[in-house]
Amino acid sequence: MTITGTSDIETSSTPYLRGKYAICGIGETSYRRGSDQTTRSLATWAVGNAIADAGMTAADIDGMLSYSSGDSTFAPHVANDLGIRLNFYTDIYGGGSSTECLVGIAMGVIEAGMCNTVAIYRAMNGYSQVRIGGTGSRSAAPINGDQIHHRAYGWQSAGQLFAPTFMRHMYDFGTTPEQVAAVKVAHSKHASNNPKAFYRKRYSIDDVLSSRMICKPLHLLDCCVETDNATCIIVSRVDRARDCPRKSAIIQAVAGRVSKPRGDIHLHYQSGPISTVAGHYARDILWPNAGVGPEDIDITGSYDAFTFTTMLQLEDYGFCAKGEGGEYVSNGTIELGGKRPNNTAGGHLCEGYTHGMNMVIENVRQLRGEADDSCPLGADGRPQHTYDYSEGGCRQVRDVELTANLGWAHPGAGSAMVMARDHQ
Amino acid sequence: MPVQGEYMGMLLTIDDLDGENRAYFDYCAGGEFRLQRSRNSGLLRYPPTTACPWTGERESDWVVVEGKGTVHSYGEVHHAIQRAFKGKVPYLILLVELDTQKGRPSEHDALRVGGNLVASDGSFASPEQIRQVGIGTRVRMVMSEVAEGLALPQWTVDEQAEQPLSPWRYPQE
Repeated sequence: MTITGTSDIETSSTPYLRGKYAICGIGETSYRRGSDQTTRSLATWAVGNAIADAGMTAADIDGMLSYSSGDSTFAPHVANDLGIRLNFYTDIYGGGSSTECLVGIAMGVIEAGMCNTVAIYRAMNGYSQVRIGGTGSRSAAPINGDQIHHRAYGWQSAGQLFAPTFMRHMYDFGTTPEQVAAVKVAHSKHASNNPKAFYRKRYSIDDVLSSRMICKPLHLLDCCVETDNATCIIVSRVDRARDCPRKSAIIQAVAGRVSKPRGDIHLHYQSGPISTVAGHYARDILWPNAGVGPEDIDITGSYDAFTFTTMLQLEDYGFCAKGEGGEYVSNGTIELGGKRPNNTAGGHLCEGYTHGMNMVIENVRQLRGEADDSCPLGADGRPQHTYDYSEGGCRQVRDVELTANLGWAHPGAGSAMVMARDHQ
Repeated sequence: MPVQGEYMGMLLTIDDLDGENRAYFDYCAGGEFRLQRSRNSGLLRYPPTTACPWTGERESDWVVVEGKGTVHSYGEVHHAIQRAFKGKVPYLILLVELDTQKGRPSEHDALRVGGNLVASDGSFASPEQIRQVGIGTRVRMVMSEVAEGLALPQWTVDEQAEQPLSPWRYPQE
């Protein structure tokens, strides 16, 4: 074989690994407050459930990744407890946007021949131990060096840190509190059709606007729930995934974590416009690599740490024009029965808080046509969906072909992933 | 010895080895607002860092910067997270765009400095004062001594400046 000048062009695979990897297993614990379990125990349940969902055994898993922020257990512990010997593992520091980022890393390490199948988990007692809202022991932690520039001003929790981004969007584009509240209304509607959601009550715009103010522009009901739970997804090559008994979700593209200029959590305000978030940059990787655009997507999973984060990301990933996010989230588009529902399980606002992974799990279920709602099970054990989205009913979307997950770390950083239905 | 002080129930520490923050807060304690200016690019940066974020150069000088600017955005805290702040609600977190270097080195760049809205004596602003302030309000910096040898930059309404007729505030009061 003659080596030519173009030998650095890889022609044996589709561009950017598009369609070469899949999520073939999903697992979770219940979403609750008061787990009465360690994060190690929660993780063991979630990873074990995902292995069972994939129809695999411990011997089939040889890679493991996890993310946490000093509040969880590490991969070697969980692998040990499940009898898994690892050829690759690492635990990273991170919260929101880690899920999609780690899927990308899993694809990379499998592609590099370092392992074959990777379990990615997040285990947290976000209510019972390290509270996600920043109250309890986290609120009294000593403050050093760089942190003085914000925490000393009572500018510490996620809501407080992000508030200037949210407020400036209202100023720049005339976004109203009513428009943003529609995100909670939609997600609570979805959660009411999700038996495992922590909050299953449907809320109105007035409910959101009359809930107590936490940090303007955030009312209580603009903020996510704190729960205890663990979640897991299993990433493998498509050819291996097709040996699994259930349908896999094919990974079309991953972007991130992508940052804004000067995009760390404390510095991103130096780079404007501050009402623009990292999705503005991530979309230039996500859509070309996936070979589709926002108009092709059937369901979104835009991270809802707050109502605003869902809106900002949908806008900056191009689901609507810049500045029109308020209209987009309030005109029915993002609700079940609408053109492109968002967070059909209820997301972080209602189902439970997992730093993003439950939204990926939901989209895998939607692509399989197996949303775990209250619809009756058929003889084959699969839900017989009614597509009646009234309270307590169905939450499966018809004929889902493509989903997009938009992970949020903070205004300056995010990750995203496009998945497709497997027709084989 | 590290600079250390107790403020609002928080133990604030600046370690000796944290040269940039040490210099910044030492100037604050002396009543001066100084930022690093890169020797070659001439660009100021905030907060203190080791390199110029636009050129990567590590040589800089601490220069006095005028503490005046416009409220670029804000958050208004009604449910405090840190215990000692619970007695201060509502309080404002201001993101102030300095006049100095606004729109440089590119259109949307600016030195944006955080802080609380305080009265001219450095005490937390009253609810009445808070209701007068929003996006567009002109503010000036006051150095607030919070512990022995430790001061924080804070913001108060600039009485000398021309103010907008009605600064933009979140619609629900």
